[in-house]
Amino acid sequence: MAIARDNAATLFAEGGASTLRLILCLGLAITLMVVDHHAHYLQTLRRTANLVVEPAYRLAALPADVARATRTAVVTQDQLASENRELREQLLLAQARLNRLDALLAQNERLKGLLEAQKNLGLSVQFARLVDVDLDPFRHRIVLDVGSAQGAKVGQPVIDAHGIMGQLVEVLPNTSVAMLITDPTHAIPVVIERTGLRAIAYGSGATDTLDLRDIPRSADIRSGDKLLTSGLGGRFPAGFPVGVIGDVSTDSKGMFIAATARPAAALDRSGEVLLLQEQQQPYGPPAPQEVVGPPAELAGPSPDAAPASPTPDLTPPTQDTP
Amino acid sequence: MNRSRLQNWMFSGSLLAAFLLQLMPLPPGAEPFKPYWLGLVVLYWAIEAPERMGLGLAFALGLVGDLLVGELLGEQAMRLVVLAFIVLRFRSRLRFFPLGQQTLAVLALLLNDRVVTLMIRGFSGEAMPPATFWIAPLTGTLAWPMLYVLLDNLRLRQRGAD
Repeated sequence: MAIARDNAATLFAEGGASTLRLILCLGLAITLMVVDHHAHYLQTLRRTANLVVEPAYRLAALPADVARATRTAVVTQDQLASENRELREQLLLAQARLNRLDALLAQNERLKGLLEAQKNLGLSVQFARLVDVDLDPFRHRIVLDVGSAQGAKVGQPVIDAHGIMGQLVEVLPNTSVAMLITDPTHAIPVVIERTGLRAIAYGSGATDTLDLRDIPRSADIRSGDKLLTSGLGGRFPAGFPVGVIGDVSTDSKGMFIAATARPAAALDRSGEVLLLQEQQQPYGPPAPQEVVGPPAELAGPSPDAAPASPTPDLTPPTQDTP
Repeated sequence: MNRSRLQNWMFSGSLLAAFLLQLMPLPPGAEPFKPYWLGLVVLYWAIEAPERMGLGLAFALGLVGDLLVGELLGEQAMRLVVLAFIVLRFRSRLRFFPLGQQTLAVLALLLNDRVVTLMIRGFSGEAMPPATFWIAPLTGTLAWPMLYVLLDNLRLRQRGAD
Protein backbone atom coordinates (compact mmCIF):
# COMPACT_ATOMS: atom_id res chain seq x y z
CA MET A 1 0.00 0.00 0.00
CA ALA A 2 1.09 3.53 -0.66
CA ILE A 3 1.15 4.59 2.96
CA ALA A 4 3.55 1.84 3.94
CA ARG A 5 6.03 3.00 1.38
CA ASP A 6 5.68 6.56 2.58
CA ASN A 7 6.63 5.48 6.05
CA ALA A 8 9.61 3.61 4.77
CA ALA A 9 10.92 6.66 2.96
CA THR A 10 12.84 9.11 5.08
CA LEU A 11 11.92 12.75 5.12
CA PHE A 12 14.87 13.69 2.94
CA ALA A 13 14.84 10.74 0.60
CA GLU A 14 15.88 11.72 -2.89
CA GLY A 15 13.84 9.14 -4.78
CA GLY A 16 12.75 10.30 -8.20
CA ALA A 17 13.91 13.83 -7.57
CA SER A 18 17.62 13.35 -7.26
CA THR A 19 19.80 16.35 -7.88
CA LEU A 20 21.63 14.48 -10.61
CA ARG A 21 18.41 14.01 -12.53
CA LEU A 22 17.48 17.65 -12.03
CA ILE A 23 20.82 18.77 -13.43
CA LEU A 24 20.44 16.39 -16.37
CA CYS A 25 16.94 17.63 -17.19
CA LEU A 26 17.83 21.27 -16.78
CA GLY A 27 20.93 20.84 -18.89
CA LEU A 28 18.93 19.16 -21.61
CA ALA A 29 16.28 21.89 -21.49
CA ILE A 30 18.88 24.64 -21.70
CA THR A 31 20.64 22.90 -24.59
CA LEU A 32 17.34 22.57 -26.42
CA MET A 33 16.50 26.22 -25.85
CA VAL A 34 19.90 27.49 -26.95
CA VAL A 35 19.88 25.34 -30.09
CA ASP A 36 16.29 26.32 -30.88
CA HIS A 37 17.05 29.98 -30.31
CA HIS A 38 19.68 29.81 -33.02
CA ALA A 39 18.25 27.25 -35.40
CA HIS A 40 14.47 27.73 -34.95
CA TYR A 41 13.67 24.10 -35.48
CA LEU A 42 10.56 24.22 -33.27
CA GLN A 43 8.50 25.41 -36.24
CA THR A 44 9.85 22.60 -38.38
CA LEU A 45 9.08 20.17 -35.61
CA ARG A 46 5.56 21.55 -35.26
CA ARG A 47 5.03 21.18 -38.98
CA THR A 48 6.16 17.58 -38.75
CA ALA A 49 3.93 16.94 -35.75
CA ASN A 50 0.90 18.62 -37.33
CA LEU A 51 -1.10 15.41 -36.99
CA VAL A 52 -1.13 16.07 -33.24
CA VAL A 53 -0.99 19.84 -33.17
CA GLU A 54 -3.80 20.68 -35.58
CA PRO A 55 -6.44 18.40 -34.03
CA ALA A 56 -5.49 19.76 -30.61
CA TYR A 57 -6.10 23.31 -31.85
CA ARG A 58 -9.44 22.37 -33.37
CA LEU A 59 -10.48 20.45 -30.27
CA ALA A 60 -9.59 23.34 -28.00
CA ALA A 61 -11.49 25.76 -30.23
CA LEU A 62 -14.58 23.56 -30.17
CA PRO A 63 -16.24 25.00 -27.02
CA ALA A 64 -15.88 28.55 -28.31
CA ASP A 65 -17.31 27.49 -31.67
CA VAL A 66 -20.21 25.73 -30.00
CA ALA A 67 -20.87 28.77 -27.84
CA ARG A 68 -20.92 30.99 -30.90
CA ALA A 69 -23.19 28.61 -32.78
CA THR A 70 -25.55 28.46 -29.82
CA ARG A 71 -25.63 32.21 -29.59
CA THR A 72 -26.57 32.41 -33.26
CA ALA A 73 -29.17 29.69 -32.86
CA VAL A 74 -30.98 31.20 -29.91
CA VAL A 75 -30.79 34.84 -30.97
CA THR A 76 -34.23 36.39 -31.21
CA GLN A 77 -35.82 37.50 -34.43
CA ASP A 78 -35.83 41.06 -33.17
CA GLN A 79 -32.07 41.08 -32.81
CA LEU A 80 -31.67 39.46 -36.19
CA ALA A 81 -33.92 42.04 -37.81
CA SER A 82 -32.08 44.94 -36.24
CA GLU A 83 -28.72 43.44 -37.17
CA ASN A 84 -29.97 42.91 -40.69
CA ARG A 85 -31.09 46.53 -40.91
CA GLU A 86 -27.75 47.71 -39.62
CA LEU A 87 -25.86 45.59 -42.11
CA ARG A 88 -28.10 46.81 -44.92
CA GLU A 89 -27.29 50.40 -44.05
CA GLN A 90 -23.60 49.60 -43.92
CA LEU A 91 -23.84 47.87 -47.27
CA LEU A 92 -25.57 50.89 -48.78
CA LEU A 93 -22.86 53.14 -47.48
CA ALA A 94 -20.12 50.83 -48.70
CA GLN A 95 -21.81 50.54 -52.07
CA ALA A 96 -21.97 54.29 -52.44
CA ARG A 97 -18.32 54.56 -51.55
CA LEU A 98 -17.48 51.80 -53.97
CA ASN A 99 -19.27 53.56 -56.80
CA ARG A 100 -17.25 56.67 -56.23
CA LEU A 101 -14.16 54.51 -55.93
CA ASP A 102 -14.89 52.90 -59.29
CA ALA A 103 -14.78 56.28 -60.96
CA LEU A 104 -11.54 57.09 -59.17
CA LEU A 105 -10.11 53.71 -60.10
CA ALA A 106 -10.89 54.30 -63.76
CA GLN A 107 -9.34 57.74 -63.58
CA ASN A 108 -6.32 56.31 -61.81
CA GLU A 109 -5.90 53.67 -64.50
CA ARG A 110 -6.06 56.34 -67.20
CA LEU A 111 -3.51 58.53 -65.47
CA LYS A 112 -1.24 55.59 -64.85
CA GLY A 113 -1.51 54.66 -68.50
CA LEU A 114 -0.47 58.18 -69.37
CA LEU A 115 2.52 57.96 -67.06
CA GLU A 116 3.32 54.43 -68.25
CA ALA A 117 3.70 53.57 -64.60
CA GLN A 118 4.38 50.07 -63.46
CA LYS A 119 1.00 48.46 -63.24
CA ASN A 120 -0.08 47.36 -59.78
CA LEU A 121 -1.60 43.97 -59.54
CA GLY A 122 -5.16 43.98 -58.34
CA LEU A 123 -5.77 43.20 -54.71
CA SER A 124 -6.29 39.48 -54.38
CA VAL A 125 -7.27 38.13 -51.02
CA GLN A 126 -8.07 34.87 -49.36
CA PHE A 127 -10.70 34.47 -46.70
CA ALA A 128 -9.65 32.89 -43.43
CA ARG A 129 -11.37 32.17 -40.16
CA LEU A 130 -9.90 32.45 -36.72
CA VAL A 131 -9.39 29.22 -34.80
CA ASP A 132 -10.21 30.27 -31.29
CA VAL A 133 -7.21 29.11 -29.31
CA ASP A 134 -5.05 31.05 -26.95
CA LEU A 135 -1.35 30.44 -27.49
CA ASP A 136 -0.07 32.84 -24.86
CA PRO A 137 -1.76 36.03 -23.73
CA PHE A 138 1.59 37.80 -23.61
CA ARG A 139 2.53 36.91 -27.15
CA HIS A 140 0.13 38.32 -29.67
CA ARG A 141 -0.54 35.38 -31.92
CA ILE A 142 -3.70 34.23 -33.65
CA VAL A 143 -4.38 30.88 -35.27
CA LEU A 144 -6.10 30.81 -38.68
CA ASP A 145 -7.79 27.90 -40.40
CA VAL A 146 -5.85 28.07 -43.63
CA GLY A 147 -2.49 26.47 -44.16
CA SER A 148 -0.03 25.49 -46.83
CA ALA A 149 -2.68 23.19 -48.36
CA GLN A 150 -4.77 26.34 -49.04
CA GLY A 151 -1.79 28.25 -50.37
CA ALA A 152 -0.84 30.29 -47.31
CA LYS A 153 2.78 31.34 -47.06
CA VAL A 154 4.92 32.74 -44.28
CA GLY A 155 5.02 36.52 -44.47
CA GLN A 156 1.57 37.08 -45.95
CA PRO A 157 -0.14 40.16 -44.51
CA VAL A 158 -3.35 39.58 -42.58
CA ILE A 159 -6.02 42.29 -42.72
CA ASP A 160 -9.57 42.77 -41.59
CA ALA A 161 -12.22 45.23 -42.74
CA HIS A 162 -10.55 48.12 -40.91
CA GLY A 163 -6.85 47.67 -41.48
CA ILE A 164 -3.69 45.64 -41.07
CA MET A 165 -3.80 42.97 -38.38
CA GLY A 166 -0.43 41.29 -38.74
CA GLN A 167 1.44 38.74 -40.76
CA LEU A 168 1.77 34.99 -40.97
CA VAL A 169 4.78 33.71 -39.08
CA GLU A 170 4.19 30.00 -39.23
CA VAL A 171 2.29 27.80 -41.66
CA LEU A 172 1.17 24.26 -40.90
CA PRO A 173 -0.62 22.10 -43.49
CA ASN A 174 -4.14 23.25 -42.51
CA THR A 175 -3.49 25.90 -39.91
CA SER A 176 -1.33 28.95 -39.71
CA VAL A 177 -0.17 31.25 -36.96
CA ALA A 178 -0.13 35.01 -37.45
CA MET A 179 1.73 37.57 -35.38
CA LEU A 180 -0.33 40.67 -34.63
CA ILE A 181 1.11 44.12 -35.14
CA THR A 182 0.83 44.70 -31.38
CA ASP A 183 3.28 41.91 -30.55
CA PRO A 184 6.29 43.42 -28.78
CA THR A 185 8.62 41.88 -31.37
CA HIS A 186 6.70 43.24 -34.35
CA ALA A 187 7.40 46.44 -36.25
CA ILE A 188 5.68 47.83 -39.31
CA PRO A 189 6.85 50.68 -41.54
CA VAL A 190 4.16 53.35 -41.69
CA VAL A 191 3.61 56.74 -43.19
CA ILE A 192 1.48 59.50 -41.72
CA GLU A 193 -1.32 60.21 -44.16
CA ARG A 194 -1.49 63.96 -43.57
CA THR A 195 2.19 64.81 -43.86
CA GLY A 196 3.82 61.83 -45.54
CA LEU A 197 6.23 61.46 -42.61
CA ARG A 198 7.70 57.97 -42.46
CA ALA A 199 7.97 56.13 -39.17
CA ILE A 200 8.01 52.65 -37.73
CA ALA A 201 5.18 51.44 -35.51
CA TYR A 202 6.33 48.91 -32.93
CA GLY A 203 4.04 46.55 -31.08
CA SER A 204 3.64 47.50 -27.45
CA GLY A 205 2.39 44.25 -25.97
CA ALA A 206 -1.06 45.70 -25.28
CA THR A 207 -3.76 44.91 -27.84
CA ASP A 208 -4.81 48.54 -28.20
CA THR A 209 -1.48 50.34 -28.53
CA LEU A 210 1.33 50.75 -31.04
CA ASP A 211 4.48 52.69 -30.23
CA LEU A 212 6.16 55.14 -32.57
CA ARG A 213 9.60 56.02 -31.27
CA ASP A 214 12.46 58.17 -32.38
CA ILE A 215 10.52 60.70 -34.41
CA PRO A 216 12.51 63.92 -34.85
CA ARG A 217 11.29 66.76 -32.67
CA SER A 218 10.79 68.96 -35.68
CA ALA A 219 8.35 66.48 -37.24
CA ASP A 220 4.75 67.49 -37.76
CA ILE A 221 2.73 64.86 -35.97
CA ARG A 222 -0.36 65.29 -33.87
CA SER A 223 -3.08 63.33 -32.20
CA GLY A 224 -5.66 62.02 -34.67
CA ASP A 225 -3.26 61.58 -37.58
CA LYS A 226 -3.94 58.47 -39.62
CA LEU A 227 -1.19 55.92 -40.16
CA LEU A 228 -0.96 53.98 -43.40
CA THR A 229 1.45 51.26 -44.42
CA SER A 230 4.30 52.81 -46.37
CA GLY A 231 5.12 49.72 -48.40
CA LEU A 232 8.80 50.06 -47.54
CA GLY A 233 10.48 46.79 -46.82
CA GLY A 234 8.23 45.00 -49.25
CA ARG A 235 6.34 42.97 -46.65
CA PHE A 236 3.14 45.00 -46.41
CA PRO A 237 1.68 46.67 -49.51
CA ALA A 238 1.39 50.44 -49.31
CA GLY A 239 -1.74 52.34 -48.39
CA PHE A 240 -3.50 50.12 -45.84
CA PRO A 241 -4.70 51.77 -42.65
CA VAL A 242 -2.63 50.78 -39.61
CA GLY A 243 -3.93 53.03 -36.86
CA VAL A 244 -4.64 56.46 -35.52
CA ILE A 245 -2.17 58.51 -33.47
CA GLY A 246 -3.24 58.82 -29.86
CA ASP A 247 -1.03 60.92 -27.65
CA VAL A 248 2.22 62.55 -28.68
CA SER A 249 4.90 63.32 -26.15
CA THR A 250 8.64 63.76 -25.80
CA ASP A 251 10.53 60.60 -24.97
CA SER A 252 12.39 60.10 -21.70
CA LYS A 253 15.66 61.55 -23.01
CA GLY A 254 13.96 64.58 -24.50
CA MET A 255 15.67 64.03 -27.84
CA PHE A 256 12.81 62.57 -29.85
CA ILE A 257 9.05 62.49 -30.01
CA ALA A 258 7.41 59.27 -28.89
CA ALA A 259 3.82 58.75 -29.98
CA THR A 260 1.32 56.00 -29.40
CA ALA A 261 -1.29 54.84 -31.87
CA ARG A 262 -4.47 52.83 -31.68
CA PRO A 263 -4.56 50.00 -34.25
CA ALA A 264 -7.24 50.42 -36.90
CA ALA A 265 -8.01 46.70 -37.15
CA ALA A 266 -10.26 45.08 -34.56
CA LEU A 267 -7.41 42.94 -33.25
CA ASP A 268 -9.28 41.30 -30.41
CA ARG A 269 -12.69 41.07 -32.04
CA SER A 270 -12.26 39.94 -35.63
CA GLY A 271 -13.59 36.45 -36.28
CA GLU A 272 -12.89 36.47 -40.00
CA VAL A 273 -9.82 37.90 -41.64
CA LEU A 274 -8.37 38.27 -45.11
CA LEU A 275 -4.97 37.09 -46.22
CA LEU A 276 -3.40 39.29 -48.86
CA GLN A 277 -1.93 37.24 -51.66
CA GLU A 278 1.67 37.78 -52.50
CA GLN A 279 1.94 40.84 -54.72
CA GLN A 280 4.66 41.57 -57.16
CA GLN A 281 6.54 44.18 -55.25
CA PRO A 282 8.77 46.41 -57.30
CA TYR A 283 12.16 45.53 -55.89
CA GLY A 284 15.05 47.92 -56.08
CA PRO A 285 15.00 51.15 -58.06
CA PRO A 286 12.57 51.37 -60.99
CA ALA A 287 13.93 50.67 -64.46
CA PRO A 288 15.16 53.80 -66.22
CA GLN A 289 12.65 55.21 -68.67
CA GLU A 290 13.84 55.49 -72.24
CA VAL A 291 11.56 58.32 -73.33
CA VAL A 292 11.65 61.52 -71.35
CA GLY A 293 9.02 64.15 -71.87
CA PRO A 294 5.46 63.92 -73.24
CA PRO A 295 4.47 61.04 -75.53
CA ALA A 296 5.46 61.39 -79.19
CA GLU A 297 1.99 62.20 -80.56
CA LEU A 298 1.60 65.13 -78.17
CA ALA A 299 5.14 66.43 -78.53
CA GLY A 300 4.75 67.27 -82.19
CA PRO A 301 7.01 66.24 -85.10
CA SER A 302 10.19 68.10 -84.13
CA PRO A 303 11.38 70.88 -81.79
CA ASP A 304 11.48 73.56 -84.51
CA ALA A 305 7.96 72.68 -85.70
CA ALA A 306 6.61 72.97 -82.17
CA PRO A 307 5.91 76.73 -82.23
CA ALA A 308 3.59 76.09 -85.17
CA SER A 309 1.23 73.99 -83.11
CA PRO A 310 -0.54 76.83 -81.23
CA THR A 311 -1.26 78.61 -84.53
CA PRO A 312 -4.78 77.16 -85.00
CA ASP A 313 -5.91 79.10 -81.90
CA LEU A 314 -4.43 82.26 -83.25
CA THR A 315 -5.72 81.94 -86.80
CA PRO A 316 -9.17 83.51 -86.36
CA PRO A 317 -7.82 86.88 -85.10
CA THR A 318 -5.11 86.99 -87.81
CA GLN A 319 -7.77 86.38 -90.47
CA ASP A 320 -9.93 89.19 -89.02
CA THR A 321 -7.26 91.89 -89.21
CA PRO A 322 -6.92 92.34 -93.00
CA MET B 1 -5.97 -4.51 -12.55
CA ASN B 2 -9.18 -2.69 -13.27
CA ARG B 3 -8.31 -0.06 -10.73
CA SER B 4 -4.86 0.63 -12.05
CA ARG B 5 -6.28 0.95 -15.53
CA LEU B 6 -8.85 3.44 -14.26
CA GLN B 7 -6.07 5.33 -12.54
CA ASN B 8 -4.09 5.38 -15.74
CA TRP B 9 -7.07 6.75 -17.60
CA MET B 10 -7.57 9.42 -15.03
CA PHE B 11 -3.90 10.33 -15.03
CA SER B 12 -3.67 10.75 -18.77
CA GLY B 13 -7.15 12.28 -18.98
CA SER B 14 -6.28 14.99 -16.50
CA LEU B 15 -3.11 15.81 -18.42
CA LEU B 16 -4.98 15.93 -21.72
CA ALA B 17 -7.62 18.18 -20.17
CA ALA B 18 -4.84 20.45 -18.88
CA PHE B 19 -3.40 20.78 -22.39
CA LEU B 20 -6.80 21.60 -23.85
CA LEU B 21 -7.63 24.06 -21.08
CA GLN B 22 -4.30 25.72 -21.73
CA LEU B 23 -5.24 26.18 -25.37
CA MET B 24 -8.84 27.20 -24.76
CA PRO B 25 -9.48 30.90 -25.15
CA LEU B 26 -10.94 33.13 -22.47
CA PRO B 27 -12.99 36.18 -23.40
CA PRO B 28 -10.76 39.07 -24.46
CA GLY B 29 -9.59 41.01 -21.43
CA ALA B 30 -9.70 37.94 -19.20
CA GLU B 31 -6.76 36.22 -20.87
CA PRO B 32 -4.10 37.18 -18.33
CA PHE B 33 -6.23 35.51 -15.66
CA LYS B 34 -5.80 32.05 -17.11
CA PRO B 35 -4.01 29.80 -14.63
CA TYR B 36 -1.15 27.58 -15.74
CA TRP B 37 -3.31 24.46 -15.84
CA LEU B 38 -0.57 22.13 -16.99
CA GLY B 39 1.61 23.24 -14.10
CA LEU B 40 -1.21 22.73 -11.61
CA VAL B 41 -1.97 19.22 -12.83
CA VAL B 42 1.71 18.27 -12.81
CA LEU B 43 1.86 19.68 -9.29
CA TYR B 44 -1.07 17.55 -8.17
CA TRP B 45 0.34 14.33 -9.52
CA ALA B 46 3.79 15.07 -8.17
CA ILE B 47 2.26 15.44 -4.71
CA GLU B 48 -0.14 12.51 -4.89
CA ALA B 49 1.56 10.01 -7.16
CA PRO B 50 5.28 10.69 -7.38
CA GLU B 51 5.86 7.21 -8.78
CA ARG B 52 4.08 8.37 -11.92
CA MET B 53 5.18 11.98 -12.14
CA GLY B 54 8.94 11.97 -12.26
CA LEU B 55 11.24 14.64 -13.59
CA GLY B 56 11.52 12.84 -16.91
CA LEU B 57 7.77 12.88 -17.48
CA ALA B 58 7.54 16.52 -16.43
CA PHE B 59 10.23 17.26 -18.99
CA ALA B 60 8.39 15.35 -21.73
CA LEU B 61 5.09 17.07 -20.91
CA GLY B 62 6.82 20.41 -21.11
CA LEU B 63 8.12 19.53 -24.56
CA VAL B 64 4.58 18.66 -25.68
CA GLY B 65 3.37 21.95 -24.23
CA ASP B 66 6.05 23.81 -26.16
CA LEU B 67 5.08 21.97 -29.30
CA LEU B 68 1.50 23.14 -28.85
CA VAL B 69 1.87 26.73 -27.74
CA GLY B 70 5.51 27.56 -27.32
CA GLU B 71 7.93 29.86 -29.01
CA LEU B 72 11.10 28.26 -27.75
CA LEU B 73 11.45 24.50 -27.45
CA GLY B 74 12.38 23.60 -23.90
CA GLU B 75 10.87 26.59 -22.12
CA GLN B 76 7.94 24.80 -20.55
CA ALA B 77 10.07 21.69 -20.12
CA MET B 78 12.40 23.66 -17.90
CA ARG B 79 9.56 25.29 -15.99
CA LEU B 80 7.85 21.98 -15.30
CA VAL B 81 11.09 20.26 -14.30
CA VAL B 82 11.79 23.01 -11.77
CA LEU B 83 8.21 22.82 -10.49
CA ALA B 84 8.24 19.03 -10.21
CA PHE B 85 11.65 18.97 -8.58
CA ILE B 86 10.67 21.37 -5.80
CA VAL B 87 7.42 19.51 -5.18
CA LEU B 88 9.09 16.11 -5.12
CA ARG B 89 11.73 17.40 -2.72
CA PHE B 90 9.23 18.81 -0.26
CA ARG B 91 6.51 16.32 -1.00
CA SER B 92 6.47 14.74 2.45
CA ARG B 93 5.66 18.11 3.97
CA LEU B 94 3.39 19.46 1.25
CA ARG B 95 1.25 16.37 1.40
CA PHE B 96 0.41 16.76 5.04
CA PHE B 97 -0.18 20.49 4.98
CA PRO B 98 -3.78 21.52 5.52
CA LEU B 99 -5.37 22.69 2.28
CA GLY B 100 -5.01 26.39 3.12
CA GLN B 101 -1.32 26.13 3.84
CA GLN B 102 -0.83 23.95 0.80
CA THR B 103 -2.51 26.61 -1.32
CA LEU B 104 -0.05 29.20 -0.07
CA ALA B 105 2.80 26.86 -0.99
CA VAL B 106 1.28 26.54 -4.45
CA LEU B 107 1.23 30.31 -4.75
CA ALA B 108 4.92 30.40 -3.97
CA LEU B 109 5.58 27.66 -6.52
CA LEU B 110 3.62 29.43 -9.24
CA LEU B 111 5.35 32.72 -8.54
CA ASN B 112 8.67 30.92 -8.75
CA ASP B 113 7.52 29.47 -12.07
CA ARG B 114 6.83 32.99 -13.30
CA VAL B 115 10.31 34.06 -12.27
CA VAL B 116 11.79 31.11 -14.17
CA THR B 117 9.72 32.08 -17.24
CA LEU B 118 10.87 35.67 -16.99
CA MET B 119 14.47 34.51 -16.77
CA ILE B 120 14.16 32.31 -19.84
CA ARG B 121 12.44 35.03 -21.85
CA GLY B 122 14.96 37.58 -20.72
CA PHE B 123 17.83 35.39 -21.86
CA SER B 124 16.20 34.68 -25.20
CA GLY B 125 15.86 38.41 -25.80
CA GLU B 126 12.10 38.72 -25.66
CA ALA B 127 10.42 41.87 -24.46
CA MET B 128 9.47 42.03 -20.80
CA PRO B 129 5.79 41.18 -20.32
CA PRO B 130 3.45 43.75 -18.76
CA ALA B 131 2.41 43.77 -15.10
CA THR B 132 -0.62 41.57 -15.83
CA PHE B 133 1.89 38.74 -16.24
CA TRP B 134 1.75 38.31 -12.47
CA ILE B 135 -2.02 37.80 -12.26
CA ALA B 136 -1.98 34.20 -13.48
CA PRO B 137 -0.24 32.78 -10.37
CA LEU B 138 -2.95 34.37 -8.21
CA THR B 139 -5.80 32.83 -10.22
CA GLY B 140 -3.85 29.58 -10.28
CA THR B 141 -3.74 29.69 -6.49
CA LEU B 142 -7.48 30.25 -6.39
CA ALA B 143 -8.00 27.31 -8.74
CA TRP B 144 -5.77 24.97 -6.75
CA PRO B 145 -8.18 23.98 -3.93
CA MET B 146 -10.92 23.24 -6.45
CA LEU B 147 -8.61 21.20 -8.65
CA TYR B 148 -7.22 19.37 -5.66
CA VAL B 149 -10.60 18.49 -4.24
CA LEU B 150 -11.95 17.50 -7.66
CA LEU B 151 -9.08 15.17 -8.54
CA ASP B 152 -8.94 13.76 -5.00
CA ASN B 153 -12.64 13.06 -5.10
CA LEU B 154 -12.36 11.28 -8.41
CA ARG B 155 -9.54 9.16 -7.07
CA LEU B 156 -11.42 8.29 -3.89
CA ARG B 157 -14.47 7.33 -5.91
CA GLN B 158 -12.35 4.97 -7.96
CA ARG B 159 -11.06 3.44 -4.79
CA GLY B 160 -14.62 3.08 -3.58
CA ALA B 161 -15.78 1.52 -6.82
CA ASP B 162 -13.12 -1.10 -6.48
